[in-house]
Amino acid sequence: MSEVQSTYNYTVVRQFTVMSVIWGIVGMLVGVIIAAQLVWPELNMGFLHFGRLRPLHTNAVIFAFGGCALMGSSFYVVQRTCHTRLFCDQLASFVFWGWQLVIVLAAITLPLGITQGKEYAELEWPIDILIAVVWVSYAVVFFGTLIKRKVTHIYVANWFYGSFILAVAVLHIVNSAATPVSLTKSYSAYAGVQDAMIQWWYGHNAVGFFLTAGFLGMMYYFVPKQAGRPIYSYRLSVVHFWALIFTYMWAGPHHLHYTALPDWTQSVGMLFSLILLAPSWGGMINGIMTLSGAWHKLRDDPILKFLITSLSFYGMSTFEGPMMSIKTVNALSHYTDWTIGHVHSGALGWVAMISIGTIYYLLPRLFGRPEMHSVKLITVHFWVATVGVVLYIASMWIAGVMQGLMWRSVNADGTLTYSFVESVKVSYPFWGIRFLGGLLFLVGMLIMAYNMFKTMAAGNTDDAPVLIPAGQHV
Amino acid sequence: MSDFVNEFWNWYVIVIVLGSIIACGAFLWSQSIHHPGGGQTTDTTGHVWDETLEEYNNPLPRWWMWLFYATVVFALVYVVLYPALGRFPGVLGWSTAGEHKKEVERVDAQVKPLFDKYMKMDLLAVAADKDAMEMGGRLYQTYCMQCHGATAQGSRDKGFPNLTDKDWLWGGEPAQIVETITNGRISMMPPFGGNPEAVGGESGAHEVANYVRSLSGLSHDKELAAKGKARFNTVCFACHGMDGKGNIALGAPNLTDKVWLYGSSEAKIVETITKGRGNQMPAWKDFLGEAKIHLLAAYVLSLSGGEAK
Repeated sequence: MSEVQSTYNYTVVRQFTVMSVIWGIVGMLVGVIIAAQLVWPELNMGFLHFGRLRPLHTNAVIFAFGGCALMGSSFYVVQRTCHTRLFCDQLASFVFWGWQLVIVLAAITLPLGITQGKEYAELEWPIDILIAVVWVSYAVVFFGTLIKRKVTHIYVANWFYGSFILAVAVLHIVNSAATPVSLTKSYSAYAGVQDAMIQWWYGHNAVGFFLTAGFLGMMYYFVPKQAGRPIYSYRLSVVHFWALIFTYMWAGPHHLHYTALPDWTQSVGMLFSLILLAPSWGGMINGIMTLSGAWHKLRDDPILKFLITSLSFYGMSTFEGPMMSIKTVNALSHYTDWTIGHVHSGALGWVAMISIGTIYYLLPRLFGRPEMHSVKLITVHFWVATVGVVLYIASMWIAGVMQGLMWRSVNADGTLTYSFVESVKVSYPFWGIRFLGGLLFLVGMLIMAYNMFKTMAAGNTDDAPVLIPAGQHV
Repeated sequence: MSDFVNEFWNWYVIVIVLGSIIACGAFLWSQSIHHPGGGQTTDTTGHVWDETLEEYNNPLPRWWMWLFYATVVFALVYVVLYPALGRFPGVLGWSTAGEHKKEVERVDAQVKPLFDKYMKMDLLAVAADKDAMEMGGRLYQTYCMQCHGATAQGSRDKGFPNLTDKDWLWGGEPAQIVETITNGRISMMPPFGGNPEAVGGESGAHEVANYVRSLSGLSHDKELAAKGKARFNTVCFACHGMDGKGNIALGAPNLTDKVWLYGSSEAKIVETITKGRGNQMPAWKDFLGEAKIHLLAAYVLSLSGGEAK
C-alpha cells in the first residue's frame, strides 16, 4: 500500500514553529520597549512613540507569534489525528508565505501610522484583503485534510481549531468592511455606535476564538500527549465546546459598558459573559484533570509545567473576565491598568505558555531529535517566564485598582480629589515592575531561541511516515 | 431607552435573547441526564488517534454543572429586573442614564449648602476666604486646567491666557470675570495679509511689527518702526488704541506690556498681522452654573495677587 510510504507534511509545521519563536521575540521586544516608554517618556522618539508601537506590539504577539503557533500546531495536529498527509502542499506553503507577508506589511505600515484605528484590526484594507485570502486558504488546507481523514471520528482538538478558523474568517471579513479612499486610507462600513459594537463583537471574539478556542485546540492535543494520559471527559469536551463557541459570540458589549450602547445590549453582553464562566472552565478542568494519576510527572517534566501552568492562568483569567464584565465592577476597572493586567494574564500566562510548551514538544519531533538540546534550559525558561508573568499581572492589578479608586474619588464639595496626572504619578513604580516582568518574559524567549537553534543544528528534517489508524477507527 | 425602528426588532431581540439563555440551560440539562457507555466512568470512548490519544468519558463534574446552571438562572432573573429584553425596561426601572441622574442629584444636594454659603458672600470676600479658595482651586483643577494649565500660567505662544499676571484681555473686575466665564468670549484679530492697502503687504507688516515691538521696549529697527507707526495709527489704532494699550470692551490686547499670547518675535507678530488670530473662551453657564462660576471667578481673581481685598 502506498499509504505506508507517504509522510506527514512537516515542512510547513517547521516553518511556522520556528517563525513563531522569532516573531514572539520581536513582538515581546516591542512590548518591553513600550513598557519602557511609559516609565521613561523620553524614549518616545520621533514617530516611534507609544501610540505607533503599541498596535505593532499587539499585532505582532497576537497574529505573528500566536498566529504562527496556531497555524503550525494545527497543521501538525490535523495531520496526525487524521492519519493523512496535509491537503495540498502548495496551498499550505502559500498560507505560510502569505502570512509572513501580512506580518511584514504590518510591521511596515503600523509604525508609519497607516491604520484603520480599530483595536486588533488596525491593518488597512489591502492587507485586510490579503489576510482574508490567506485565511480562506488556511481553512481549505485544514478542512481539506479533515475531509480526507482515515479515521471515523474527528478528534476534539480539531473541533476547536476548526471553530477558530471559521469564526476568525467571519469576524475579520465583517469587521474589516470599509470604503477605500486611497491605497492607505479607508473608512469603516459602519457608523457610530454600530461601528463600536461591530468592532467589539470582533474584538472580544478575537479573544474568544483566536486566543481561546485556537489554543484550546492546542491544549487538547499536547496536554494528553505530554502527560501520556487520556482526556478526562469526552462528555465535558462536547458540552463546553458548544457552550463556549455559542456564548462567546454574545460577550462583546461588555467592552462598551456605560457608553452610548443601549442599556439592553450592555446587559445582554454582561449576562452572556457570566454564562461563559462555566464553559471556559470546562477546558481547564478537562486539561488539568487529564493529569490525574500522573501528577508526579509535573515534578521533572518542564514541558508539562508550561502546559499545566498555562491552564491555571487560563482558569484565572476566564474567572476574572466574567467578573470584570459585571457593570459595577467594570465601572471601577474599565480604562485602568487592571484591564492590561487581565489581558496579559491571558496572553502571557495562557496563550504564550501553552504555545511555548507546545513548541518545546514539537521541535525535537520536527528536527529528528530525542529531546531538546537542553532540558535544563526549558526549566530555567519556565521559572523566568513564571516570575515575569506574576510581576506583570500583580503590578497591573495594584496600579489598576489604584487608578480606578483615584479617578472616582470625590471631595466633600463634589470636586475630584485627584487630577488625572496625579494617578499617572503614583503608577510609575508599578510601570517599572511591569517593565521588569515583561523583560523577564522576553529573556525567557531568548533562552528558548538559543535552545531551538542548538536543537535544529544537531537535527535533520526528515518527515515522519503517516501512521495506520488504530482502535475502533480501523 | 432603546431605539428600535419598529416593533419587529423589539420582539426579535426578546425572543433571541431569552431563547439563547434558556437554550444554554436546556443544552446542559440534555447532556447531563444520560451517561453514554452505561455510566462506567473509567472506560474510554474506544477511539484512538495518533497511537496514544484516548478519551475517558467521565460525567460532568457536579460543582461545574451547578455553576453553569447558577449563571443561567442569574441571567433569567436579571432580564426580569433590568433592561435586557428589547424595549422592556425591567421591573426595577434601572437605566444607566437614570443612575447617572440620581448620582448627580445626590451630590448636588450634598454640596448645595456649601455653595449657597459662598453665593451669599461678595465675590471679593470669597476671594479672601481660605476655605473657599481651596475649593476654587479644586474646581479650577477639574474644569480649567486643560487649557490654562495646572499652574494657571496659560501656554506660551498658543493663545491660552496666563491667569496669574495682572493683564486682563476682557477686564479684571469681578463682574467682568464672571461674565467671561459665564458667557465665554470670542476674540478675533483680522488677517491683513490679503489686504495690502490696509497695512501695506508683507513689508508693511514688518514695519508695523517693529513698531509694536518698540511699544513694549523690545529691540527694533527705528526706521521701520517709524514707518510702522504711521500705518498703526491709520489701521490698528481702531482696536488697540492710539497708545496701543488695547481695549477691554473688544478684548483687544494691550501691546505695551510684556504679555504675548502668540509670541513676541518679529516673525510671530508678522504672522499675527498677516494671518490674523481667532480665539475663544467657551461659555460655561449651562455646564457649571452660577454657584461654581462665582467660586471660580473669585479664585481667578485671587490668582493675580489677591490684592482684591
